[in-house]
Amino acid sequence: MQTSEMKLDGNAIAGLLGEIFAVEMTTAHGTCASCGAVNEVGRVDVYVHAPGTVVRCPSCEQVLMRIVRQPGRGRYWLDLSGVRCLEFAEG
Amino acid sequence: MSLRGPLIAWQFGELVELVHETPRVSSLYFNIPMWPGHLAGQHVDVRLTAEDGYQAERSYSIASPPEARWVALTVERLDDGEVSPYLVGELKVGDKVELRGPIGGHFVWRAGDDRPLLLVAGGSGVVPLMAMLRHRATAPHKAPARLLYSSRALADIIYREEIDRLVAASDGLLVSHTLTREKPAGWSGYTRRIDAAMVKEVAWPKAQTPAVFVCGPTPFVETAADLLVGLEYDPLWIKTERFGATGGPGGG
Repeated sequence: MQTSEMKLDGNAIAGLLGEIFAVEMTTAHGTCASCGAVNEVGRVDVYVHAPGTVVRCPSCEQVLMRIVRQPGRGRYWLDLSGVRCLEFAEG
Repeated sequence: MSLRGPLIAWQFGELVELVHETPRVSSLYFNIPMWPGHLAGQHVDVRLTAEDGYQAERSYSIASPPEARWVALTVERLDDGEVSPYLVGELKVGDKVELRGPIGGHFVWRAGDDRPLLLVAGGSGVVPLMAMLRHRATAPHKAPARLLYSSRALADIIYREEIDRLVAASDGLLVSHTLTREKPAGWSGYTRRIDAAMVKEVAWPKAQTPAVFVCGPTPFVETAADLLVGLEYDPLWIKTERFGATGGPGGG
């Protein structure tokens, strides 16, 4: 199976983001630290077949976020270094 | 320790009705006591826990409109899946399943949106779009709507009779089917994969600035979205939900 067929979008991590953030995040807007493109989180590229979840910019394909959840231990690792800014509405 | 709980808590829903839609697809109607209500296009996560504690989690689109009494999920059975063979095959009326929702806020449509609506579905990608059409059917003022729905064969068309009934209501809904692996006798729809000519015939002219929802397997969604951009649709009009190679949002 080609990697492109594994591509999902931000809708697929709405539940995971709901575990971390206090408000619905697929309607948030993220600014890519690499190219500066602003995309709604629902529109970003998501790959869930890695050990963690990898979120890429749909404009330049650079990594926006990496999210690892360790089942059973209730522990998360959230790498947001590819996101310059997240803008979202009050919940 | 924060006092704030998770945004969307896990809870149990009881299966109250099971409807076989096609040989591989069933609709499961759940009574979820703490359901806060939902919007057309949202999904739920379903979590199964094995006796040894192993958990498998999958997302499934909600098929029922916000107005419905029960929350319906329409699930395609994937033979190598971890969750769908249980939901479609083993789960019985009265059984309880752990789920959370509603989830998502991007891929949603409200009947108050009066832009012309274009829905493009590949296979079980029709499920969240059906929630939109069912929601639209209850609305006093109905935006004109078109559905382009690609299935493999006649027997694989989910909600076929209900879609026919919605069209028969003559309230501004047009439905175009295409079959990719069969050409039944007397069939008046398309019989090929979605392409530029088909999309041009079905889609609203760009001057009408439609609201567009595309859902299905990833290759289907990519193709459909590219074809719509080829019609000079603004990419921001188009909302997509990719199922991966197959299955629900996030793979079934």
